[in-house]
Amino acid sequence: MSDEGELDLRSLNDEELTQQVHDDLYDGLKEEVEEAVHILLERGWTPYKVLTEALVEGMRIVGIDFRDGILFVPEVLLAANSMKAGMAILRPLLAETGAPRLGKMVIGTVKGDIHDIGKNLVAMMMEGAGFEVINIGINNPVEKYLDAIAEHQPDILGMSALLTTTMPYMKVVIDTLKEKGMRDDYIVLVGGAPLNEEFAKAVGADAYCRDAAVAVETAKDFMKRKHNLLAASA
Amino acid sequence: MTFVNVKPSEEFEFLNGQGHVLLIACGALAREIVDLIETNRWTAFDVACLPAKWHNTPQFIVPAIRDKIREAKGKYKSIFVLYGDCGTGGLLDKLLEEEGVERIPGPHCYAFFSGNDAFKRREDEDMTSFFLTDYLARHFDKLIWAGMGLDRHPELLPMYFGNYRKIVYIAQTRDEELAKRAMAAARRLGLDYEYRFVGYGELADEMKSRA
Repeated sequence: MSDEGELDLRSLNDEELTQQVHDDLYDGLKEEVEEAVHILLERGWTPYKVLTEALVEGMRIVGIDFRDGILFVPEVLLAANSMKAGMAILRPLLAETGAPRLGKMVIGTVKGDIHDIGKNLVAMMMEGAGFEVINIGINNPVEKYLDAIAEHQPDILGMSALLTTTMPYMKVVIDTLKEKGMRDDYIVLVGGAPLNEEFAKAVGADAYCRDAAVAVETAKDFMKRKHNLLAASA
Repeated sequence: MTFVNVKPSEEFEFLNGQGHVLLIACGALAREIVDLIETNRWTAFDVACLPAKWHNTPQFIVPAIRDKIREAKGKYKSIFVLYGDCGTGGLLDKLLEEEGVERIPGPHCYAFFSGNDAFKRREDEDMTSFFLTDYLARHFDKLIWAGMGLDRHPELLPMYFGNYRKIVYIAQTRDEELAKRAMAAARRLGLDYEYRFVGYGELADEMKSRA
């Protein structure tokens, strides 16, 4: 502890500091998370190790407690802001040093819908998990999805909606992919508060993801299956 | 449009426990429902309200309505649900179909207060509007500001409201005090403000047809 009664992060060993990052993420302490990321990098940790062991693992714990009703949306948003700040430090370093890439995702909120909290959280967690994420924002008509797919050639298309009135638009996008004979080229994941598994099945998505952590696990699982299929057909 | 009396009455007081039609409603509609019952002297209704705060957590709505319906079956001639889809993603309609119970049409109260067709026509224009009803204007501090954690963490404001452009106060009653509150809410959120008087809209029509 310092003279002011504040915890001196530099006095902690690596294990304690990693644990402290998890706690600081949980408490939404952005500046502390940023400081810890800098310290871990100074100690020679690779950016990828900082990302996965300190930030992603910390957010995983936040996600579990959100799912279990221990944390609520405001706390998750504060944690996400802290993780975002940590990732802003790491992103250029990850680009330089290289990190495993699990796949590529285009993600956006559907036409008529401006809600993006959940979608941005998914984008961040997917990026943290090793996916390249192209976030195309809000209020996306089918043409924007198609343009992004053509430009970026993703493995995964993610669609989000918060409104009962806008979620049916996901079917418009998926039906258009079918019409163009492109549907099976992409893994389509959908999410948003009013959605459920039944809806995802009805619109022809591959899976419904109830939260960001589930989205990451589902995406990883589908990518593994995709690679297995490719290996089998090679 | 059905004609419904909206003049205040001092001679008729609603008493729960005497009706033969049970209205299962969101607590955010309670005041409006009782106003309509009293001003129109409808004797058919009993009212069972569920917590309005579930506006922010719609996953609690369907199981609670199921319990209310099952508890009430056999005790009433009919049951009518005064909820929009309200973020249940079709699960409320699925439940009501299974239980053989109807609800007021519309995705949410903003739509049936405004009139579902009128609301749909303005969908594009209103995409970036955040709606307040009388209830939400009255309880903005508790339900929106504190409910979303903005009292403790105002720095979250851009994450919640960054894509919104204006507050649209769709008023059920002509109440200057509520209009001032709605305007203050808009200022607090850093949004433009628009006032639309819509009255009770299809809530009144639907209740009248079952009174």
